[in-house]
Amino acid sequence: MASKSSKRIAFVGNPNAGKTTLFNSLTGSRQKVGNYAGVTVERVSALRRVGSFECEFIDVPGLYSLTPASEDEAVAVKVLEEETDLIVCVIDASNLERNLYLYSQIAELWRPVVIALTMTDRVEQAGSTLKIDRLRRLLGCPVIPMVGHKEKGVKELLAAIESALTTPTEPTLLSDIGALRDLQVELARRGYDHSIGALRKEVLNEQSTMIVPFVEIQPIWDKAREATENASFADPAARYAWTAQVQRESIVQTSPKKAVSLTDKIDKVLTHRFFGLIVFVAVMYCVFFSIYKLSQPFMDAIETAFGWLGATIGPRLEGVPVLQSFVVDGIIAGVGGVVVFLPQILILFFFIAMLEGTGYLARSAFLMDRLLGWCGLNGRAFIPLLSSFACAIPGVMAARVMPDPKARLATILVAPLMSCSARLPVYMLIIGTFIEPQYGAFWAGFALFAMHLLGLFVAIPVVFVLNRGILKGKRLPFMLELPPYQMPRWKDVFLGMLNRGKVFLTTAGTTIVVMSIIIWAASYFPRKTDTGLPENEAAVAQLEYSVMGRVGKAVEPAFAPLGFDWRISTAILSAFPARETVAPSLGILFSLGSGDEAEAKLGSKIREAKWPDGRQLFTLPTSIGLMVFFALCAQCLSTLAVVRRETNSRKWPLFMFCYMTVFAYIGAWLVQIIGRSFVP
Amino acid sequence: MMTFAELKKGMSARIVEVPTVGDDHRRLMEMGLVKNTEFRVIKVAPLGDPIEIDLRGYRLCLRKQEMTGFGVEVF
Repeated sequence: MASKSSKRIAFVGNPNAGKTTLFNSLTGSRQKVGNYAGVTVERVSALRRVGSFECEFIDVPGLYSLTPASEDEAVAVKVLEEETDLIVCVIDASNLERNLYLYSQIAELWRPVVIALTMTDRVEQAGSTLKIDRLRRLLGCPVIPMVGHKEKGVKELLAAIESALTTPTEPTLLSDIGALRDLQVELARRGYDHSIGALRKEVLNEQSTMIVPFVEIQPIWDKAREATENASFADPAARYAWTAQVQRESIVQTSPKKAVSLTDKIDKVLTHRFFGLIVFVAVMYCVFFSIYKLSQPFMDAIETAFGWLGATIGPRLEGVPVLQSFVVDGIIAGVGGVVVFLPQILILFFFIAMLEGTGYLARSAFLMDRLLGWCGLNGRAFIPLLSSFACAIPGVMAARVMPDPKARLATILVAPLMSCSARLPVYMLIIGTFIEPQYGAFWAGFALFAMHLLGLFVAIPVVFVLNRGILKGKRLPFMLELPPYQMPRWKDVFLGMLNRGKVFLTTAGTTIVVMSIIIWAASYFPRKTDTGLPENEAAVAQLEYSVMGRVGKAVEPAFAPLGFDWRISTAILSAFPARETVAPSLGILFSLGSGDEAEAKLGSKIREAKWPDGRQLFTLPTSIGLMVFFALCAQCLSTLAVVRRETNSRKWPLFMFCYMTVFAYIGAWLVQIIGRSFVP
Repeated sequence: MMTFAELKKGMSARIVEVPTVGDDHRRLMEMGLVKNTEFRVIKVAPLGDPIEIDLRGYRLCLRKQEMTGFGVEVF
């Protein structure tokens, strides 16, 4: 957080106006991702110096208007109204008429404004000429043309920010806010500082008590109220008449317009009623196949590195067995279990950034709207749901972009059914051990794809029931902008990946390491001494004697119909706080059980695992059932905590936990029953 | 006068009637769907809805059934 003397500069603009690209150009890797107090909207900010000013740059979530239609927008509006010294309004020159709508409202906040005019190259490509000076005069504030990809205009923008901080200019106003300013001045004289935005709301509020102590300025208050009630800002038509006029006067068609744009040509295929859907499925399949294949070598390298670390440090601590086990099996294994996720997360967020950056994500929402819409969601839910394939936490939070509260709640409640990347290690382990060696890479890819589709198919009836019976309230109309296609900038893709990786390591990672250590302790204590057994059997005996083994054994009968023994049920129980811990805890459970832990990998360990009577433990139905169980179960405390915050209730996370756990049990049970009838 | 539901791909139309301002329609108007706005229907999604329209130089997707209250005139 910046100190009091520093200047707060908010970057605001329509979605797709190039705001994030500009913000990345100005701040780069200095960005800090945090949360706004009390809400879970991400606050991306960075400190940097502009001339003689120490500044905090704030990336405000994308907005179409200052009349908030969702909580996300309400936060953004509050930032603009209350905590900014200067607003950089990012305006897409190729979409001037609509972008200026937001500007017309921002001007009335009565803060210094600098306009960053992006996509000027697009205007020229369309055969038009921008009259920047004319635009400056019409808007009454500095207008800096930018060419996003080439970082052209960045220097000029910084200079404009500096001079606006030194000598603020007054933007041209569409409606008269003179009466509000008079009121602001009078209140300030009495020691009360309020923004124009806050006062505008206050005078319209019939229950306001703000004026009570100052009877003498009641006439000024009344005048401000009257002016505000009659002001044209309440009427979108009046604002659009103005923006259309500015557009006509500042952009001149100089050469004939192209009949069909490149975007239209691409869309002929990508949103085609037949080919569009084929491309969509192919793109999604490629994404998940790549996650499976590309991450493999990195994950292997990480596992090898942590294995080597354990083997190197372990012998030095031989004198103190507790410490040795704590460091090697608790800490090193735990941290390794976190870091091993990074390749998958980074690859997935690479694809999400690419889909978003090119503009394809919006097309997919267009294609999917009917599919998601009939049961009460909308195409926009595709974005939170797709994000949930990486992690339900950003997915649940991304549901804030949905202005319709009912569809939003439904999306939140099914988002954790989407197969997040924390489930991948379980799929990878089982597919890599039982499916790939026997059936080959095609079926391995297919199995992974099917596990990802499972949650989606289960989500549909859940949403349907939620909308028909459980959730109340009306739906808001659906609106989705299709931006022109463009090449994403590598810097934006890279920074997006970097921020996700950081957030994962610092928030999820910490939980996972702590859980790994707890699991280690639960399996290490209490100690069974002097068993007189050979080393291997002593290790099994110790685990059965430990806290975790006892609990696992106690619940074994409940999991028996699913074909799970006490080791699998123990691993499942230990994964309820965070499912990421299942691979490390299976590792601890099985490598301790058969000894010789340093050299063998978990895959071969579980392949050889047997029931006490010698039957193979992991039959095909049991293996697939375990994957299904993990696909459907709500094993993530962090998700439940985020849902509690996002829905502002205890009821919904509890509901989510119960229905998902029941579904998981039934799913694994069905696989076992069906599987057994095929493979006796 | 027609409704959005009757529009077909390639049609050019003008908004001649807007619903009286309520919360759910305000956002549509803020996106530029005000009286006398001209637009063109670019595409209908594979499953019949939503439709993609070109207005004020940008592309917006809307659901036909949700545009009740808006009256349009094809030209």
